[in-house]
Amino acid sequence: MSLYRDEGIVLRTQDLGEADRIVTLLTRRTGLVRAVGKGVRRTRSRFGARLEPFTHIDVQLHAGKSLDVVTQVDTLHAYGSVLVTDYPRYTAGVAMLETAEKVVSVEKDPALRQFLLLWGGLRTLAEGAHDPRLVLDAYLLRSLAVAGYAPALEECAHCGVPGPHREFAVHAGGMVCSLCRPAGSVKPSPAAVALMVALLRGDWESADASAERDRTECSGLVAAYLQWHLENGVRSLRLVERA
Amino acid sequence: MYEGAVQNLIDELGRLPGVGPKSAQRIAFHLLAAETADVHRLVNALVAVKERVRFCAVCGNIAEETQCRICRDPRRDDTVICVVEEPKDVVAIERTREFRGRYHVLGGAISPIEGVGPDDLRVKELMARLSEGRVTEVILATDPNLEGEATATYLARLLKPMGLKVTRLASGLPVGGDLEYADEVTLGRAFEGRRALDF
Ligand SMILES: [Zn+2]
Ligand SMILES: [Zn+2]
Repeated sequence: MSLYRDEGIVLRTQDLGEADRIVTLLTRRTGLVRAVGKGVRRTRSRFGARLEPFTHIDVQLHAGKSLDVVTQVDTLHAYGSVLVTDYPRYTAGVAMLETAEKVVSVEKDPALRQFLLLWGGLRTLAEGAHDPRLVLDAYLLRSLAVAGYAPALEECAHCGVPGPHREFAVHAGGMVCSLCRPAGSVKPSPAAVALMVALLRGDWESADASAERDRTECSGLVAAYLQWHLENGVRSLRLVERA
Repeated sequence: MYEGAVQNLIDELGRLPGVGPKSAQRIAFHLLAAETADVHRLVNALVAVKERVRFCAVCGNIAEETQCRICRDPRRDDTVICVVEEPKDVVAIERTREFRGRYHVLGGAISPIEGVGPDDLRVKELMARLSEGRVTEVILATDPNLEGEATATYLARLLKPMGLKVTRLASGLPVGGDLEYADEVTLGRAFEGRRALDF
């Protein structure tokens, strides 16, 4: 059984040789897959547009020794063509794709919840109903939660005593009580913490009503938390633009 | 593994883009069998490219003097600038003979995942050229793929307050490809049919 079919989202592409491209996919059933798209940089290739980042595809692959080979591909949704017309949404989307790859990290280990989360995140971003930075932060928090790194926001990350607490320590795992608080804790505004809670729960009504300065603070906390938990960090986060 | 010099050569060749271990080995043995004079010509060409070739101070294209051939040509139209990613895109567009204006080579596309942002490209240099006031149209001819489109979107937004005509090559260029692979006819048509961007 060397041929298999799956559904996936293109996370990243890298040029290979003269006209080929390596695509990294997060698939519904197989998890993270790296595969070669042959000849896709040639302008006559019908595959090219379908193997661009952000595309949700139905794909048939031939399992190879090191890399699989794409043998057939159909577009289910081309989120990229919408996102690319709006720079803040595009950069938020790229940070989501990069995070998905780094959070899942192991190839061919099924990660259905991560796939569904990314798909939902890209759909929300493409619909454009919310501030792209909020959509990104919601995605980052939930993606970490699915991976087992949910920040403690309503109880102390160290001893578990119920809050509300005033201080946040990235390396302790979230909010900390006054007895547990390690050196280097920061004191975020209660509104920024409430925004993180809303984003983690999917409470868009509260999130959309948040003030700009709380969004900025929330993004800072989420970014610090993400960079701490992902070994190599998420490079594209630095280039995300505010709407 | 081969001994010393041969293996060294195979390793060096293998680091070139598009050359796998098998090709590297094939090229190495070809050179080993070739006439000494032929190999010296290749060596000289390699050294010359590093010693003589630099980037045009005006547009960023490949040049053998301070300015490239196109920037030095007084017959070119100063009112139109075509923005491309790489010097090889200039070559592709010149082949169409459709364009008589000037170029601006960015040195790549915005690629957040590779850590390449607007500050890593020759965007400031472009803005400086435009602020001189002679240019009336900017053609965004970045690659017809996602990163090229995103770069065009970024530039269009940046250029908007300047009140210039900003155009993008007409689609018909296959999406997902590299500009350099487009044939002359398709690329020429894309130039003729370029559309104004209104952001
Ligand atoms: Zn505690
Ligand atoms: Zn020049």
